[in-house]
Amino acid sequence: MIHTRGLTRVFTMKRKEKVEAVRGIDLDVEAGQLVAFLGPNGAGKSTTLRMLTTLLPPTSGTATVAGHDVAENPAGVRSRIGYVGQHNSVGEEYRIRDELVTQGRCYGLRPSEAAARADELLDLLDLTPLAKRLPGTLSGGQRRRVDIALGLIHRPDLLFLDEPSTGLDPKSRAEIWQHILRLREAYGTTLFLTTHYLEEADNMAERVVIIDGGRIIADGTAEQLKNDLAGDRIVITAGTEQDAEKAARIGGGTAEGTTVTLRVDRATAALPDHLRTLDAAGVKVLAAETIRPTLDDVFLSLTGRSLTDDDIPA
Amino acid sequence: MTTFLRDTTIVFSREIRPSLRNPVGLLFEMGQPLLFLFLFGALLGGAVGSSWQWFVPGILVMMCLTGPLSAGYSLLVELLGGAMERMLVTPLNRTAMLVGKSMKATITLLVEAVLIIVVAVPLGFELHVAGVLAGLAQLAVFAVGLGSLSFVLAIKSAPNGTLFYMVSQSVLFPLLLLSGVLLPLETAPGWLRILGQLNPVTYIVDAQRALFAGDLADPSVLYGTISVCAIAAIGLHLGNRAMRKGV
Repeated sequence: MIHTRGLTRVFTMKRKEKVEAVRGIDLDVEAGQLVAFLGPNGAGKSTTLRMLTTLLPPTSGTATVAGHDVAENPAGVRSRIGYVGQHNSVGEEYRIRDELVTQGRCYGLRPSEAAARADELLDLLDLTPLAKRLPGTLSGGQRRRVDIALGLIHRPDLLFLDEPSTGLDPKSRAEIWQHILRLREAYGTTLFLTTHYLEEADNMAERVVIIDGGRIIADGTAEQLKNDLAGDRIVITAGTEQDAEKAARIGGGTAEGTTVTLRVDRATAALPDHLRTLDAAGVKVLAAETIRPTLDDVFLSLTGRSLTDDDIPA
Repeated sequence: MTTFLRDTTIVFSREIRPSLRNPVGLLFEMGQPLLFLFLFGALLGGAVGSSWQWFVPGILVMMCLTGPLSAGYSLLVELLGGAMERMLVTPLNRTAMLVGKSMKATITLLVEAVLIIVVAVPLGFELHVAGVLAGLAQLAVFAVGLGSLSFVLAIKSAPNGTLFYMVSQSVLFPLLLLSGVLLPLETAPGWLRILGQLNPVTYIVDAQRALFAGDLADPSVLYGTISVCAIAAIGLHLGNRAMRKGV
């Protein structure tokens, strides 16, 4: 569905200063996948998305999206993809349903088809009571649902979503996700979305692509990435600092006060054995827990920075 | 061509809908040039031959500069939100987008023009139907060109929009004053007349005056037509390029 080779975008700023926002991305996404594009602000997520959706011509490299080259046949790409941008996409002076019908017309639907499809989507996304409202009177979550409806009007095989849940409260975020997943189940739409919410990428996506500094630095399922790049941890609280140091020596971990941390494969399985070993060595353990790594741990181990530190200068 | 017309219609009907829903705003917009006509026209009172014949085409060109040239404002708003981006991802024809968006200002302008002519006739304005129709056609082309240029300006001035207000305000008045819309340039000092001759709007004003006097064969009509076509071509070309380069 998406194939890019060496996709690059350089912005020329004032005084001829060049900023490489995206540096040679190779990416293949097959039909039906749900891919989360994860990275800190300024990593090149949106720029990549804007190239894939024909909004921005690449400086070099190629991208084939939904069977067409973005540079050679942008119109072919446009008619087959849907795009939900970062901003709200309903004009402030327009009623929700009117915008949906116009959007359908933009994709070549006949007026009657566009109207029928608009009503279908209003119903699908629980927006029917709001059909005649102006966007200014809607809540953030409702506006986002309208944006998604606009992206779906022509039943695209591939839908791009640029930070679909940013700025929403947890309840609205959960709702948006419910809709996205339902949609995927019903129509098998390929979904490619950017996010900087780690839990979202972790829980929802089958495949996580991590981008930093304009390059892809990791690509795989969330499980794979966490196992390969971060690993489980066992954290033990010992009775005394001496015991903690002893435990650290035995297990090969690090002690900090009375807390000992060690990295192991499959922590839940390793924990009972480890505790028995410590007991035999006379170490008194007050508490023990296993910790699964997060995608943030993955990012940290790859870059030495935390994803949540955010705001790398663009 | 059929897709082009269809796409233009789609964009135009979207643009015009809020105005049709709230026609009061449209009425106010149309009232303004009438006010101008009454107050200014009365002041001229026979100073330049038949003042209405001279003044009506001028005021139409002036409206053409203020209306379509500020049409970019609506685009700027949509650009800062996400509506413009959303439409750019659709297969909509890019030129149709520019023309359709300019068309709202153009149609408003044409309705205003007819209104002014209707009001001016009983005051002594002499109506030459063929000339007036040709004149309005010229204005429509001019309006599409100006509208597109204003969109280019809006695209260039995103994300904050300051550039848009700065340029549109500082360009508007010199263009107006140097075109002989409000006062004749014939009596102006030489250097001012040269500046006037460099101003493409001057040729349009001259052409409009010839057309509204029923003088279709006047050479100024040709120059005016060349001028509006050039402005429209440049506007559409730059507009297309700006959208292709990424908004």
